[in-house]
Formats: sequence, structure tokens, C-alpha cells
Amino acid sequence: MSEIAIQDIIKPENLVYEKTKLMTDKTLSYCPGCGHGTTHRLIMEVIEELGQENETIGVAPVGCSVLAYEFMNVDMQEAAHGRAPAVATAIKRLWPKKVVFTYQGDGDLAAIGTAETIHACNRGEQIVIVFINNGIYGMTGGQMAPTTLPGMKTATSPYGRDIATMGNPLKITELVAQLPGTYYVTRHSVHTAAAARKAKRAIKKAFQNQLDGKPGLSFVEVVSNCNSGWKMEPVQSNIWMEENMFPYYELGDIKVDGKLLSK
Amino acid sequence: MTEEIIIAGFGGQGVLSMGKILAYSGIMQDQEVSWFPAYGPEMRGGTANVTVIVSDDRISSPTLTAYDTAVILNQQSMDKFESTVKPGGVLIYDPNGISKHPTRKDINIYTIEGAKLAAEMGNTKIFNMVVLGGYLKVKPIVKLENVIKGLKKSLHERYHKLIPLNEDAITMGMKHVVLK
Amino acid sequence: MGELRLMKGNEALAEAAVRAGSDGYFGYPITPQSEVIEYLMAEKPFERTGMVVLQAESEVAAINMLYGGGGTGKKVMTSSSSPGISLMQEGLSYMAGAEIPCIVANIVRGGPGLGDIQPAQSDYFQSVKGGGHGDYRLPVLAPASVQEMSDFVPISYDLAFKYRTPVLIVSDGLIGQMMEKVELFDQMPRITDKEINEKYPWATNGKPKGKERRILTSLDLDPHKLEKHNFHLQDKYKQIEANEVRYELIDCDDAEYIIVAYGSSSRISQKAIQLARAEGIKVGILRLITLWPFPKKPIDELVIKGIKGFLAVEMSAGQMVEDVKLTVRERTKVEHFGRYGGVIHSPEEVLEALKTKIIGG
Repeated sequence: MSEIAIQDIIKPENLVYEKTKLMTDKTLSYCPGCGHGTTHRLIMEVIEELGQENETIGVAPVGCSVLAYEFMNVDMQEAAHGRAPAVATAIKRLWPKKVVFTYQGDGDLAAIGTAETIHACNRGEQIVIVFINNGIYGMTGGQMAPTTLPGMKTATSPYGRDIATMGNPLKITELVAQLPGTYYVTRHSVHTAAAARKAKRAIKKAFQNQLDGKPGLSFVEVVSNCNSGWKMEPVQSNIWMEENMFPYYELGDIKVDGKLLSK
Repeated sequence: MTEEIIIAGFGGQGVLSMGKILAYSGIMQDQEVSWFPAYGPEMRGGTANVTVIVSDDRISSPTLTAYDTAVILNQQSMDKFESTVKPGGVLIYDPNGISKHPTRKDINIYTIEGAKLAAEMGNTKIFNMVVLGGYLKVKPIVKLENVIKGLKKSLHERYHKLIPLNEDAITMGMKHVVLK
Repeated sequence: MGELRLMKGNEALAEAAVRAGSDGYFGYPITPQSEVIEYLMAEKPFERTGMVVLQAESEVAAINMLYGGGGTGKKVMTSSSSPGISLMQEGLSYMAGAEIPCIVANIVRGGPGLGDIQPAQSDYFQSVKGGGHGDYRLPVLAPASVQEMSDFVPISYDLAFKYRTPVLIVSDGLIGQMMEKVELFDQMPRITDKEINEKYPWATNGKPKGKERRILTSLDLDPHKLEKHNFHLQDKYKQIEANEVRYELIDCDDAEYIIVAYGSSSRISQKAIQLARAEGIKVGILRLITLWPFPKKPIDELVIKGIKGFLAVEMSAGQMVEDVKLTVRERTKVEHFGRYGGVIHSPEEVLEALKTKIIGG
């Protein structure tokens, strides 16, 4: 048997998976095992599948995904911390036929940007918000987030989040679902292939809502791990997420087609 | 010609709109005008005043400390503005509700029974037009036809039917202004 | 001749926004400038020209709406007053960094803090020295009449797009609330999507087919690259300083003394110099139209001409006077006269200050 060179493998007929061209070739800055990269890919795949490459404007946040615009190969604006929904509001109002989305973490969306989040949702802006909730501030070195679980240790809650003094984890997704301006509110994860497929369907539905001019904002939360911030191995962090995050942040649709689902 | 006027009274007496009509009348005869109201908490207390300048030349300061004419419609304004009339200037006031009448000897003081005349005409809302008429008799700085044009400009079209009534009020004021 | 109207400064600003072909106004009410958004909402420019008008949830949101809208190449503006403008400083810094054009009008009121709602000029430092964090400057225009509240809107848009920068219109409650005769300029067309794509290749309105995507950001984690970007910004500011200085000389030909003032103060000073000249005092006014870039050259020329003293008249405790001093460099006398906290100088006070601080001092 002759030796097989790599050139013999890289052939169109052998292709089983291709990275969407809406992801750049730049190496992701995320920690191995983090959910950000997967979520980026899902959004870009959806935009490509919907044929919206040239019609989309994305708004990146401040946080770990501050450099999302380096990886997402569409027109992007980098917003100030928490302000992405306001930035996206104006883009959509001024370009109603374009597709506009924000990509935000928990500190950005649910702490410093709470007002912008609530009001963009309440006005029913026809944009998509993708919200990554990993219960911690990754970028700044593992401090407490508004979504940090009770008792969870972070750099600013080194003895665990004490509810009495540090407040409760904020279920902002349930909160915005109550607002008449949201049309679709759902929560997913991307830690397994099956979960990622479900999340992608949700992201696609969110963007399809916008393309169809559905009245209101589509809001997709992705509960993610942060193995560095949680100080765990990637696999261990996914198990921890399933055991601790999912019971608090229950996966599944919360509001579909403008109607709250009863639990 | 430059005429610097303060109009002062209670909110609701039409102080600001009287000033506005006067300013608009000036524009109708190609003059420069400015209208600067006291705004904010000063107004919340119930008093209102506005500085109006009508001039053939570019207007410098829109706020002043001395005036050619003061039109005074309540006691607080009398207390505040009697002293601000330039020597030789004009003070016109409605004696209704005035307990301390002006005492200066170096200015020309006129009275106009605006509230009474407006009530007699059956419409208290034209009070400020009666007063404006009194002022224009003393200081004919703008022509009546330009006041009517000014009224048309500053009133919404749906109120244009009230213009004859306003004109009557101005005429009434012109007839009844009295030198003290 | 354009249409003549009697309007408040705030209303003239709003009407000019529509006529200048604005695509969007995003604002939050605050005294003494709420008439701007009230006028726009009543006027319905969305029916007249298709312009978007939106009441934001805060000044923070409003300025970030300008970031988004301006970043797509649209003409966008907002207006506020001092406390609201402080809230906008974050967004302005980001827009300076990302080079996003817009107009922000500040109808200044007394401060610091909540202050009051009366006219003031105490936001000079904030306007001309940057305002937010980082090394940046913004062109600042200071209208002194209702007419200029209208005229400066299209001028500001031209500057904003020429230099890809936010432009400030700094006025105050006096000019915002007063009515004067204003000649309105004719309606200008709004920019078309095609024109945006041709003129502004940086605008993020959807990646053009077959071309690279556009990114608007103020972030660069590599200090050398960020320094390079800062060099570029500083070059731009030098160009603005060289090309965009605006001022007016009033009665300066025979003047022995000069009042330096802008906006409302320059109007009050005009009355003061009338009073002064009636007494035989030869005084003129250098009125700043751009607060930044600061008119250094005319001041320098007046110094060389032998002016005996400059009086900086401003409704602040002494802000603009620092720039006058930096320009005069102790070659002749520079003094400051200010009323502040919402108090407006009287023309008589200005004359008195000229006599005591400059002529007799």
C-alpha cells in the first residue's frame, strides 16, 4: 500500500463538514471548551442559510465576545458596554429591511445594559438578541455576574454568592418574556451536538421572525460554560452546568409567536 | 427705532402670547425682533414675564435690566419692574388687583382696564389683546394691519375665525388707555 | 429668500434638523431643550421626509442610537442639556474612537450636578477638551442667535461627515428658549442608500457583494496599533484646526480693548459695547463661533495690533478665559468676568467689569 499524503484526503468528494464562510479564518480567542465559538458559528450558519450575508449588521458587546467582529464575517459595530440594544435599535429603525442582531454576555446584557435591554424589548424592536449566560465575568477575570448562582464562588464572591448581601441571580430572560414587545423568547445550550442543533433551530427561528417582519423582538439565551472562570476542566464544567445552571436556568421555549408558554 | 419692552403678569393672562403677537407684527414690517421669557420654576410660581425687543437694527442683548416700556398686570410684577423703566419711559398697567400703585414721577404712567373691558366684551380670554391695544395707542411701533398679519401667523388656522374679535379687543384697548 | 418665522431657538434647531435631511433624531427630554423633541414629534417628519424620531429611554441610549445610526452612514442627531450631555460622554468617546459622524446639541444649563435649568456656559471645558475619556477633540459650534441655531445644523453635518466625527452645537437656555426671526433654509433631500454606499465605504449597512466586511470599533488591544490610530486622529484634529476656525469680529477696527465671548454672552456684550462706546470707550468683540478649534490666529493678530486688554465674558467661573490666556501668553492683560449657576450678566455689569478689570485695573 502506498502512503497516503494529506493532499489525497483534502478533496471535494471527501468533504463532510465545511466551516461557513461567514466565519473568518482568524483563530478564536476563546478558551478551549467555551460555548462562544459554537454560538458564533451557529449564528453565522443561519445567516448564510437565510441568504442574508450582505444584508446583516451585527453589534458586538463588551466582555469575552468583545472581539466577535473579528470572527463574524458580516458588517459589524462594536458597542459600548451594555449599549448594543440601543445601537441595534437605531440601525434597524434606519434600515428596516436589513437584518440586525446583537450578541451579548450576561454582564453586558443583564447588568450594565439592563435598561437598554428592557427598553429595546419593550419597544418591540424587530431585532435578534443572542444572550450568552455563563454566570460569570470571563473577560475581566472571573468576577460575579448578575446571573452567578447562589453560593457560586467568583473573584468578587470568593466565599460564594451570598444572596442576603449580593442579591439574587437575575432571570432576565423570564423578565423580558413578560414584556409585550418580545415575540420569541427561548433558552438553549450548545454543549452537545444535539443541544447545538436545537439552539441553531431557535436562532434560525429568531432571524426568520425578523425577516418575516413579525411584531417584536426575538431573544435567544444560550446557557454556556466558562471553564476558566469556573476553574474547571471543559468536560467537568459542562457536567457542572447541567447539574447546577440548568435547574436554575431551565432550557426551552418561554414565549413563542408572542404567546407565553405555560409551564 | 428700538423698543425694549417687558410684559409681566400671572401665567394664564396671555403675557407670553401678547409678546409673541407683538414680535410677529414686527417681523411683518421687516423689523428685527426677540422674545425671551422667564422660564422654568419662575413660571411655576404663577408669574410670567417676557422681554420683547423690536428694532430696525440687529438686536444685541435679548435680556435687559432697563426697559423703554413695562406692561404690568399684577402686583408682584409691579414690585419687581416699576424701577426698571428707563427715565422718560412708559409704564402701562391694569389697576385690577393692584394695591400699591406706581409712584415714579420720571416716567409716563398709563392705566388700561383690561380685565374689566374684556369681561364687558364677554370674553376674558381677549384680556391680553385689550392690553396690547392700550400699549399700541401709547407706542404705535407696529401698524394695526401688521398686528392682524402677526395674529394670523401666530394663531393656528382653526382660531382664525377669532381674529375679528381680537381686532375689536385691540381697538377697545386703544380707546380706553388713560394717562395717569 | 427662505421662509420667515418667529421661532424659539430649540424649535429652529428641530426644524433645521428636518430640513437638513436628517435621517434620525434620538433624544430624551430635559429642560431647557425638551421643545426639540416635542416639536419633532408634533411636526411628524416621518411623514414629511421619512426621518425617524425616537424618544430613547435615556441619554445613554440616545447617544448609542447615534453610534448605531451614524455608523451606517445616516445623518443622525440628538440634543440634550448639561446633565444629559454628561451621560453622553461615554458614547461620544466611543464615536470619536470609531470615527462616527453625528450632531449633538447641548442647550447648556447651570451646574454642577443637577444645577438648575437657567442658561449657563459652564460646559466649555467638557465641550472643547474632549469630554469623555481618551485623546480626542470634537468640533464645537456656538450659535448666538435663533438664526444660527438653524444655520449651524447643515454646517455641522458637513463637518461631521467631512472629518468622520461627532460635532457639538453648544448653546444655552437663553438661545434655546428665546424667539427671534429666523429665515429657514429650503428642505434638503435625505441621502439615498446608493449615495451612502458610494460616499461612505466605511458605513456598516450590510457587507457589499464581493467585498470585505466593514467593522466599526474603538478597540485595539495592540498598543502600537492603537497608537497609530491615535496618530491618525491627531492628524485629523490638526487639519480641523487649520481649516475650520470660525469667528466674528464686531467693532474691532479702532478697538483698544476686546471682549472675547460666544453665544449668549456675546449678545449681552454687544449691548455692553454700545454702552461703552456711548461713553467714548473703544471696545470691540471677538465672538467665537467655533469653540474648538479655538480662534488663536485672530487673537494673536489683535495682540500684535496692540490691544491693551482682553476681557473674557462667559457664563462660567472661568473656562474659556484659559484658552484666551494660552493664546495671549502674557503679552497683554487678560481678565475674566463671569456670572454663573444660571445667572446671566447684565450689559451694565459687563461694562463695569471692563472698566474695573481692564481699563482701570
